[in-house]
Amino acid sequence: MSAKNSITLHINGCDHTVSVEPRKTLADAIREDCGQTGTHIGCEHGVCGACTVLLDGEPVRSCLMFAVQAAGKKIRTVEGLADGDTLHPMQQAFMDHHGLQCGFCTPGFLMLAVGVLEREPNIGDADLLDVLSSNLCRCTGYHNIIKAVRAAAKKMSGQ
Amino acid sequence: MSAHGTRGAGMTWVGRAIRRLEDPTLVQGQGRFTADLPAAHYVRFVRSAVAAGKIRKIDTPQGATVITAADLKTVKPILPMLYKFAYRPVAQHVLTDGSVRFVGEPVAAVVAASAGEAEDIADQVALDIAETTPVVDARAALEAGAAQVHTAAPGNVILEGQFKTEGFDAAWKGAHKIVKVEARSHRQNATPMEVRAGHAAFDASTGRVTLTCTTQMPHLTRTAIADVLGFPESDLRVIAPDVGGGFGQKMSLAAEYVVLVWLARKYRSSFAWIEDRRENLIAGFHSRDQTITLEGAFDKDGKLLALRADIAANVGAYSCFPTTCGVEPLMAMAEMPGPYDVKHYQCRARGVLTNTCPMAPYRGVSRPVITFTLERSMDKAAAALGLDPIEIRRRNLIDKFPYKTAMGLEYDEASYKQTLEMAVAAIDVPAFRKRQQKARAKGRHLGIGFSTFCERTGYGSPAFAARGMAITPGWETVIVSVDPSGFVEARIGSSPHGQGLRTTLAQIIADEIAVPPDMIKVVHSDTDLAPYGWGTFASRSLVISGGATLIAARKVRAKLIKIASTMLEAAESDIVLEDGFAKVAGTDRTVAIAAMAREAYTQTHRFKGDIDPGISETGHYDPPGTFSNACHVAIVEVDAETGKVTVERYLVAEDAGRIINPMIADGQVHGGVAQGIGNALLEEIVYDESGAILTATLADYLPPTAHEIPPVELHHLETPSVNSITKAKGLGEGGTIGAPAAVINAINDALTPFGVEIDEMPATPQRIRALLRGKERAA
Repeated sequence: MSAKNSITLHINGCDHTVSVEPRKTLADAIREDCGQTGTHIGCEHGVCGACTVLLDGEPVRSCLMFAVQAAGKKIRTVEGLADGDTLHPMQQAFMDHHGLQCGFCTPGFLMLAVGVLEREPNIGDADLLDVLSSNLCRCTGYHNIIKAVRAAAKKMSGQ
Repeated sequence: MSAHGTRGAGMTWVGRAIRRLEDPTLVQGQGRFTADLPAAHYVRFVRSAVAAGKIRKIDTPQGATVITAADLKTVKPILPMLYKFAYRPVAQHVLTDGSVRFVGEPVAAVVAASAGEAEDIADQVALDIAETTPVVDARAALEAGAAQVHTAAPGNVILEGQFKTEGFDAAWKGAHKIVKVEARSHRQNATPMEVRAGHAAFDASTGRVTLTCTTQMPHLTRTAIADVLGFPESDLRVIAPDVGGGFGQKMSLAAEYVVLVWLARKYRSSFAWIEDRRENLIAGFHSRDQTITLEGAFDKDGKLLALRADIAANVGAYSCFPTTCGVEPLMAMAEMPGPYDVKHYQCRARGVLTNTCPMAPYRGVSRPVITFTLERSMDKAAAALGLDPIEIRRRNLIDKFPYKTAMGLEYDEASYKQTLEMAVAAIDVPAFRKRQQKARAKGRHLGIGFSTFCERTGYGSPAFAARGMAITPGWETVIVSVDPSGFVEARIGSSPHGQGLRTTLAQIIADEIAVPPDMIKVVHSDTDLAPYGWGTFASRSLVISGGATLIAARKVRAKLIKIASTMLEAAESDIVLEDGFAKVAGTDRTVAIAAMAREAYTQTHRFKGDIDPGISETGHYDPPGTFSNACHVAIVEVDAETGKVTVERYLVAEDAGRIINPMIADGQVHGGVAQGIGNALLEEIVYDESGAILTATLADYLPPTAHEIPPVELHHLETPSVNSITKAKGLGEGGTIGAPAAVINAINDALTPFGVEIDEMPATPQRIRALLRGKERAA
């Protein structure tokens, strides 16, 4: 254990000033100190991607970052996707295409897909498959996730 | 009136791919999982780093709270029981009481204010263990003079089943050809994306403990923990909130949960344990570790006359609760003959103790392994007899139902041959063979593999009793109520965790009582709110809980009609329920179901004692079991230089009886096939000779990613089951059962020009290359 640092995490437009040990991961800080439990932890070694959040628009594994490294950056989590009662097109598409079963990996997949499509709205099929293969899902067999992301991509680009 | 007389304008909710009622919260990150709950104290388990030995001393840091077996003297061990098959009961202390028997076994529990602190302290706990020689492999454990894992099980055999049909020897002698396969299935881990977690909180005002945990069977978890801790079950509430996949791993009792409840009661506070992925991979239950020698006796036409199987399941260091470690070897023994007509069968099935993580059910339980073994033997027999692999299956698949197997199981009406033909037609085998030839000429190796199987689902308590189980988790109870506001609630004993049961049960109820699914709430996985039930496993919930739901909903329907008959002053036979109303057929006289519900609670005097107050009905269901079936086809490409296998195309023709929600049913098959492909190609828990585990991260144990899984083409048949009142059969495990056989048969087809065969799963690049290298050296 070592001394705690006071940092401010900007999550979904809100500032959370929290006191964390330097070793605390961003995933743990988001969940435990900021109370945003939609970000899930599946492996804590950067393989499964359940903890994916957007950091200044880029998908990152929040279990592989320290919270102090995220101070001052814009963090987006699954809780920030919907606009009030209106679901984000990606959330809606996952429901429409049965892209989730137990729902544990879902927040990570949603953030991964939203992050990539915001950066690269016209991403090709092969590249999208590459991106989506960076997260693990044990329930769906992936193809409904791929379908959902494709459908959301259309909506997001206004097609 | 038919069961679906309320369908309105020719429409039923059953059979429609409606969106899941579960999804809105999950996609918004508002699901509630066990690890989301804060606790006053966090627990870290200190686990044995050696596979076998005696504990000499446990050194703990000064001032730390560290619980060991010495503190738990009043806690009874977990003692799963079977009353047949020469089962040797083996006790498991929740914290080991002097001996360690596998790497990862919990020895002590460290308690601290945060998970991080608990982990720091756990690192400072020193275990002084006098190591002894472990047995890791089942074959080694069976050798004379092998070290004993438990003195209660001499020779390391914890159970042994034997079976032989009368007249077997004569049938065997009459065979034209005996075909033998030595199949090896390596050890695997179900790997739910959410690892296990528990949170036990003491409530000082009631003296009760609430255990929130990632279980698939909340009620039995309560029963088991109250038993070993010796206190009234009513003092424990078990909740399985949102659970992030289980696949069987979470149906077995975690000893860690017992420690949490003990701590909560002793210290009158809240205690949480969140497993990490390493713990899950080394100590969160394993499965599939089996060796099967299967011989098939065929006549000259390729008809299977008799089967002889020798099954050895490496069950690890303890027997899991509640199924016991008999679940793998005994299911293998009972279901080995699969979908084929074979009169004679001989089998020996043994459960073998070793110094490895205990085995527990994992999606498919044994059947991925026995289907793989049987389907390999069909392909080998076809080759030996000069038959096409499809033709030999045609000649042996059962096509008359009901069918009684050699071991006495009764198969209900199904479509074993039809699904095979459906798959064969859809895949276009002649076109593939041409393509295969052309590819071979260019040095590319394609192969096609078939797998036909039947899957026992939705079986009731007699099926478990036949296995000699002390606990027969067969039946289910459902209570359907209409509240005074007209909304419907179904309290169920099943415990879904991703299967979409809230949606499918709502569809069943909606058709009965003419209330739309979004007005129907399914309440589950809380022992305070749900009736006693067994949970969700073994492809049972839609059949058994669905059946109990239908029974309860029909009673509610009958009551609504009775109330309507009084309120509308019409004969019950003239009342129809439609779109939220009761109507007198052929008139414009109607009353809203919500208004009837209000009356049933608030105006009971109107019913003059003829109708009981309120609307709440209970259904129980304990069915005989029903067999769904499928044919899987895989087309793969094997890179002979690297041993890499790519699944190019995957097709399933399946029959699970009546489909309640096609979207959800397809999703179960897709996900099952993905796990089966992972099991076939990638996933393996590896121990070294000392019993240390080499695959303790997800970079070593490899669930498939989107890259490895092709789209799954699905074809459906619906043979309604007479053994299921909803006519639905279970299908949760079929995808996983069929895939290893189809994929590995396809690999073998691709490897035909090399003259090598692989009868091992997973068929990793290393194994394939080793076979090819062996051949290259020989040449």
